[in-house]
Parts: sequence; C-alpha cells; structure tokens
Amino acid sequence: MNMTQTRPAADAIAKDGRGKFPKHKLEELRGRGYVMFCVLLLIVIIFSIVYFIASRGLTPFASQGVSVGEMLGGLKWAPEADTPRFGALPFLFGSFATSLLAAVIAAPLGICAAIFMTEMMPKVGKNILQPAIELLAGVPSVVYGFVGLSVIVPFLRDVFPGQGVGILAGGIVLSVMILPTITTVATDALRSLPAGLKEGSYALGATRWQTISRLVIPTTLPSLMTGVVLGIARAFGEALAVQMVIGNAPHIPHSLTQSAATLTSIITLSMGNTTSGSLHNNALWSLALILLIMTFLFVFVVRLLERRVKHA
Amino acid sequence: MDLTIPEKSITAFIGPSGCGKSTLLRTLNRMNDTIPGVLIEGEVVIQDRNIYDGQTEVEFLRKRVGMVFQQPNPFPKTIYDNVAYGPRLHGVTKKSELDGIVEKSLRSASLWNEVKDVLKKSAWSLSGGQQQRLCIARALAVEPDILLMDESTSALDPISTTKIEELTRELKKSYTIVMVTHNMHQAARISDRTVFFLNGEVVESADTEQLFRAPRDQRTEDYISGRFG
Repeated sequence: MNMTQTRPAADAIAKDGRGKFPKHKLEELRGRGYVMFCVLLLIVIIFSIVYFIASRGLTPFASQGVSVGEMLGGLKWAPEADTPRFGALPFLFGSFATSLLAAVIAAPLGICAAIFMTEMMPKVGKNILQPAIELLAGVPSVVYGFVGLSVIVPFLRDVFPGQGVGILAGGIVLSVMILPTITTVATDALRSLPAGLKEGSYALGATRWQTISRLVIPTTLPSLMTGVVLGIARAFGEALAVQMVIGNAPHIPHSLTQSAATLTSIITLSMGNTTSGSLHNNALWSLALILLIMTFLFVFVVRLLERRVKHA
Repeated sequence: MDLTIPEKSITAFIGPSGCGKSTLLRTLNRMNDTIPGVLIEGEVVIQDRNIYDGQTEVEFLRKRVGMVFQQPNPFPKTIYDNVAYGPRLHGVTKKSELDGIVEKSLRSASLWNEVKDVLKKSAWSLSGGQQQRLCIARALAVEPDILLMDESTSALDPISTTKIEELTRELKKSYTIVMVTHNMHQAARISDRTVFFLNGEVVESADTEQLFRAPRDQRTEDYISGRFG
C-alpha cells in the first residue's frame, strides 16, 4: 500500500529530472561561477603584485651590476653618487630595531591588558578597556606620527642627547600602534582557554596569580607569541608614522636617539624623486622586495606557532 | 539542611538535576567563591573548624579538600608535571621529593603501571579514563584529607567507570570521599552513606544499604524506584 502511494511522486521527480535544464542547477552554477571568478581575480592580483615587485626588484641584481651581498650587507646608501652605492643594511637594521623595540614595549602591556580583561575584571575590561584599545587601532598613522613628532620627540630631546628623533621615538610610536593587535589576539587566546583547566588549578589550592603564571600563560604562550609576531609584522610594514619621527639618516645609529632610517621610510622618502626604470628607482623596488619577503617570513612564523597551538 | 559526613568513608549525594547537590559539594572546598554574585549562608565545619569563618585561607582549605571534576581536566603539560603541579604550588621544589610524590600519587590512583614509562608525554595523549585517574592522582598529590568527586565518571565509558569505582573503594581507607552522582546504582554499589536531595533540600540521609532497601521517606522511594528523576 505504501508503494502505490509513493509511486506518483517518484514518477514526477524522474520526469522533472529528465526535462529541460532545471532551475536550481542553473542557480548552483551561477553561484559557483561568481565565487570562482572572485577567487581567480584575487589570485591573479596577488601574483601580479608579487611578480611586479620581484621583476623590478631583481633588475638591479640581474642587469644593473648591483650585488645581493652589497644590498644586504653594505653600509653606504648613495644611489645618486658618481659611483652609486646600494648598501641597505642600515635600513634593515632600522626596520628590525624599531619593530623589535616596539614589540618589547607593547608585548608586556598588551598581554597584561588581556590578562586584566579576561582574568581580573572582565566587566571593566569589556566595557572600558577593550573599546579604548580598539579605538587605538582606528587612529590613522599620520596622527600617530604627528603626536610622536610633537610630544615624544621633544621629550626625548630634553631627556637624552641628540635631536630626539631616532629608533627610540620610532619604537615608542610603533608600540602604541601595534598594541591593539597584540591585545586582541592575546585576549582571544585567554578567553578560549577551557574553564575547567583554571578550576582544576584553583581546586589544587592555587592562587589567581599562580594559576595565571603557571597554567594560563604557559598554555596560551604560542597564541600570545602569534599576537606579538603579527604586531612585529605590522610595525615592520608601517611607513608614514615612523618616517615622521626617525630622522631619516641612511646609517646605522650609535644610540637609540640618533637619526636612523627604515626600509619603508627610505622608500616613501625617495620614490618621488626617481624616474621609473632608473637604477635608483629599481633599487627602491629591491627594498620593497625585501619587505615582501620579510612579510612572508612573518606569516610563516605565525603559521608555525598556530600549528603548535593545535598540537598542544 | 544539617548534614554530617563521616570520615574515611564514601558519602554519595544523589538526586535529580538541579537539586543542588553539586552546589553543596562545591561549598565544601569553596569553589563557589569564584562565581560572581553567589551568596553563602551557614557553616561548614571540617575537623572542628568553620571554613566560612572569614579566617580560613581558601588556598589552604583546597589543599586539604581535593576535587575531581565531571570532565577530566588534565593540564596541557606532561603527565609528570600534572601531578607535580599541586606540590610545586605549595613549595616542593626538590626533584627527588617530587619524583616520590608523583610515583606515590600515580600508584594510589592505580595509573602508575600504565604511565611509568611515558611520564614525559603530554597528559592529553591519555584516554579519557586514564585522564580522569590522572586528575585523581593530581588531587592526591597535595595530600588532602577529603576528596570531592563531582560526577567524576559520568563522562567515561563503563570500563573506565568500573576502574574508578574500584579505585574509590580503595581510597576510602585513607581519605574521606564525598561524591555527587547521577547514577544511583553507582551510589548503591560503592557508597557507605547516601544523601538524597530534592529541590535544594536533604530529603533523607542514611546508610546506603538502609536507604536503598528501606527508605523512610516516600519521595526517596519514588526516586530510587525510578518513578521520577
């Protein structure tokens, strides 16, 4: 009896399937088409950018007589001299020094803020501290540079010898800029810690601080480091704010308050003064290529850390 | 409610969900302190001392009143470090002393033979039942007098459950055990005294045998014969 009842319905489905191209299949194809087109476009854009930077950036080494060794290890940057020199080590040093200094300043602040928000006063953290820190992320970099130039640089000039500009000023400005990244990633990591773990620690007679220092931080360390590396990557790529406070002198400084330069600052400063295709212009592309490779490395490190989180 | 829990025996709290048995268990080591807005009235006296007298240090109390939770919650550390976590909190630093505590605790939790060669492996590589016995070893490592077990077998398979029950029977020789269980057969199997809760009240508290064979209260009888809950 059941069979006879369902047969008409089954017939209808079979008939419909044999009929002309059904509407839902068309929709399926159209949806898939949109997504594939967007993804392809994205891939094409990414590869074009990488190809463009690489082809321009490799020209000085390939056909204009600059050696990779000179670029990475040379101390003198004089692209317009009679015998042009392309030593980018001072910029590499400047980029690393400012980013690492920024991380050294921002990491403890950001991680402590995250601990405060998750472990100590979640209400105050959620309603006051978190919005305040998120606000920091929205401030344009030129504003940071401006504040750095008119507050931090004069302050450093009064306290330390020199002009106040330099790696210390750059590091301080950058540390405020990367604070939201570090704090947000750290907060997410701490929040995602299973509640049962902390209870287990308290049940053994641990104080809150013992629980934080012996259980919470060791467990979430790879995630916390991910935040710090993302922060360093952001600092490494920041151009404008750094350029405003670092002094832009193409040499390795002897102190933190002496003028220096970074890869980004030298690109933004010089690019307007060079003609496309000239050796100087191509050398700037080489610097851009170095920045790109560094970014890849940072992404790689983050991936590595994330894998450690999963395997913990 | 007024309840006396005898030492060196197993007392089981039974009752339907939401009747307050876990909450009561968690007042015994003041785990409820961590929940914001919780109001605690009355006294809990452990060995002549009211733990809510405002002078008892909660860390000291929890060292003496260990707890095993419903879900096994080993720390993402090695097996060794899990057991050594508690003693280290309370100031044991000497390697030889820690080694001794770790071995003794794992033996008491009848886990030693299974893990003695893999002490440096992550505790998360163990099975659920092994993890729960590790949590028991971790609780024993701080040498408590009392062990609270909050439905500690409800997340485990029958074989692991049996192992934990056997272990519990062994442990009552040296520890006072208070367990919350959803499974009244478990209470009947291993506990010495059983307390039946309903809507936040103690309905009946008696020797296990008596409570299951001849309950005095009609509600107890209804519950243990499966008419509700």
